[in-house]
Amino acid sequence: MKRLLLVLAAIACTAGAAADPAERLPDPAQEARARELFREVRCLVCQNESIDDSQADLAGDLRQVVRDQVKQGRSDKEIRAFLVDRYGEFVLLKPPFSPGNALLWATPGIALILGGVLMALLLRRRVASSTEAEEASRLSQEEEARLQVLLKDE
Amino acid sequence: MITEFGAYALVLALVLSALQLILSAIGGARRSSLLAGAGRGAAVGAFLCTALTFLALIHAFVLSDFSVANVAANSHTAKPMLYKVAGAWGSHEGSMLLWCLVLTGYGAAVASFGEALPPRLRAYAVATQGALGVLFLAYTVFASNPMARLYDVPVEGASLNPLLQDPALAFHPPFLYCGYVGFSVVFSFSMAALIEGRVDAAWARWVRPWTLAAWSFLTVGITLGAFWAYYELGWGGWWFWDPVENASFMPWLIGSALLHSAVVLEKRGALPGWTVFLGLAAFTFSMLGAFLVRSGVLTSVHAFAVDPTRGVLLLTIMGVAAGAGFALFALRAPSLNSGGLFAPVSRESAIVLNNIILSTATAVVLVGTLFPLIREATDGEAVSVGAPFFNMTFVPLMVLAMAILPAGPLLAWKRGDARLVLRRLWLALAVAAILGLVAFAVVSPRSALASAGLVVGFWLIGGAVLELGERVRAFRAPWVEVRRRTTGLPRGAWGTTLAHAGLGIFVLGASFETTWRVEAAQALGVGGQLKLGAYELTLTDVGTAEGSNYIAERGIVKITKAGAPVCEAKPERRFYPTGKQTTSEVAICPKVLDDLYVVLGERRAGADGQPAWLVRAFVNPWVRLIFLGPVIMAIGGLVSLSDRRLRFGIARKVEKAA
Repeated sequence: MKRLLLVLAAIACTAGAAADPAERLPDPAQEARARELFREVRCLVCQNESIDDSQADLAGDLRQVVRDQVKQGRSDKEIRAFLVDRYGEFVLLKPPFSPGNALLWATPGIALILGGVLMALLLRRRVASSTEAEEASRLSQEEEARLQVLLKDE
Repeated sequence: MITEFGAYALVLALVLSALQLILSAIGGARRSSLLAGAGRGAAVGAFLCTALTFLALIHAFVLSDFSVANVAANSHTAKPMLYKVAGAWGSHEGSMLLWCLVLTGYGAAVASFGEALPPRLRAYAVATQGALGVLFLAYTVFASNPMARLYDVPVEGASLNPLLQDPALAFHPPFLYCGYVGFSVVFSFSMAALIEGRVDAAWARWVRPWTLAAWSFLTVGITLGAFWAYYELGWGGWWFWDPVENASFMPWLIGSALLHSAVVLEKRGALPGWTVFLGLAAFTFSMLGAFLVRSGVLTSVHAFAVDPTRGVLLLTIMGVAAGAGFALFALRAPSLNSGGLFAPVSRESAIVLNNIILSTATAVVLVGTLFPLIREATDGEAVSVGAPFFNMTFVPLMVLAMAILPAGPLLAWKRGDARLVLRRLWLALAVAAILGLVAFAVVSPRSALASAGLVVGFWLIGGAVLELGERVRAFRAPWVEVRRRTTGLPRGAWGTTLAHAGLGIFVLGASFETTWRVEAAQALGVGGQLKLGAYELTLTDVGTAEGSNYIAERGIVKITKAGAPVCEAKPERRFYPTGKQTTSEVAICPKVLDDLYVVLGERRAGADGQPAWLVRAFVNPWVRLIFLGPVIMAIGGLVSLSDRRLRFGIARKVEKAA
């Protein structure tokens, strides 16, 4: 029995989940918007969990904050700004577009452009040297015969 | 005694690795088959010694020998046997030992089975593998010795985190490491080729089997990890873009790029420099992953600063190995022959495009993973980069890659005909578009994005099937001809088809599951009911259950559909007294492709004073495809691996004749 009590004590410490009916907003549209927002908000004490996923107490508190704001009719943008104001950029799982985050957001573009330039260079060099190289790379009759033997071998 | 023997064997492995490096390097440089042979012997010896240490560690775990510090910190007498054994690689020290075991194992494999390789290339590859062995074994011996003893022997161990006590997770690290560390062979071959100054089609053919093996292992390892997260963490997610996941994903992405560019090098002699670069990069990302996961740097720069010894050492190892590799690359790359020519529309171009996108994706994952550290180090601002960022950047890149993927294998080498390929693919495109439209019209709630995802998935599968049909001339040639072609088709072609179709299957599952998952939650007393989509769930009973090292509350949830019984789910909430941790044990009712996923939550006071439990349940539609797809991809890799053209002997014949 003592062990069972221990179990119950441990179980009682954890809070609910995002879908917990005790937390939900009465208006389904507002609730859906709140859930969307939850996915972008970090549970500050967890490791890389959104407050939508987390069952930590603090995540429950943050969900309450977001739901309250949604209920008051604030826009997503206002709610995000409110959260950042209160907890810093750390609270957002998607960093905002800002000069400080330029490197992060520019990476895909820069990498793609770099890759495109490299490919263009590769192709252009080919065009320039293709005719003569094509001649040079053509197999002699003897080589061709040997190649056929080898291919048959496979 | 056995522990001391293990510790001794580990030191011996370090010495043998050093010998492997020195003897093979001199043997290669002086073209001495005697010295090179001795180096190979040392490689096998290093592997055997590391294996002995590993067995000694497992022995200590099995016997719960708490005088070994690692066992005391990570095991417990009450732990089930499987997790005692798996505990051997569950800790930092143990996992680094596993790393060394796999590293020396691959070294021994190159030494033993590489008979067909040119002697110098083989000697240099074995030497490089020895150098890597020295670095990592020295780290293990001096900074993270798993066999270290405790003077003050505890009566009981501290146990392994209960979340990690799980069959999928017991096998996750061995697969992951066989993948991660498998790229060390590719690294060694790249170094050997650069030292020799020769990167050609034959080299690509030797490297490809190792890449395929490593890639297949890594695919299985990552999938096991995702599957574990899915059923163990209790909210049905399977990929979180967690830095630890990213660390294993980056080598996979680079490995995928390498698999493709190596084909171009093998078939057309093009892209030698780029392929060698990827060969070096794949293992560099593996080492980066080890550093990120093992140093604690990811939690915070500050957490890292508390005990930087190991992190700094791992970073140094990575710097030395990768630095040497890329320095040699910079030195030798300009002299590499740039090889075959190709037109803008050709299979080569398609693969180059694939490589650009995969590399960009890797860069996105890399910067996304490191960015919080960069910000913290530069202006002290704490930021988070999580799933929403990656969904917005990584996913579109992959969609782009997948849009062109089916065209790749149908394009001719050198100069392809885009119109011809489109004419061959229109059927796949039409079927995919129709199925996507049907999903858009039928599945509620309506989602254009997820329907588009389905189109991409069907496009990949259809493309793969059509390509196979094209190869065997299905419906075009007479039946006998088709059969002859089908049986004569190289295994590599089957592998390609399986891998590409597997990717499509994964995309179908991922698109469907993330959008059309049904969720319900309710605090239920015994006898309480919950509606979940078309299903009704009844909590019929909550009792207690006991495992060898935990006690649990176990709920019995009867699931019915329109009154007819579907299954009985038994979700648990487990309490592990040793670590005072609670975990939830999800109950899953598999339904062919879908899962009914039931989680028993906290106990709370119900409305009538009776206890109630928060029961959460999900219908995860098509979720099985998410795990099935990658498994098919890995099988594709293994099927390719069994292709006789990839065996060493054949490559030698080509070499000799040339």
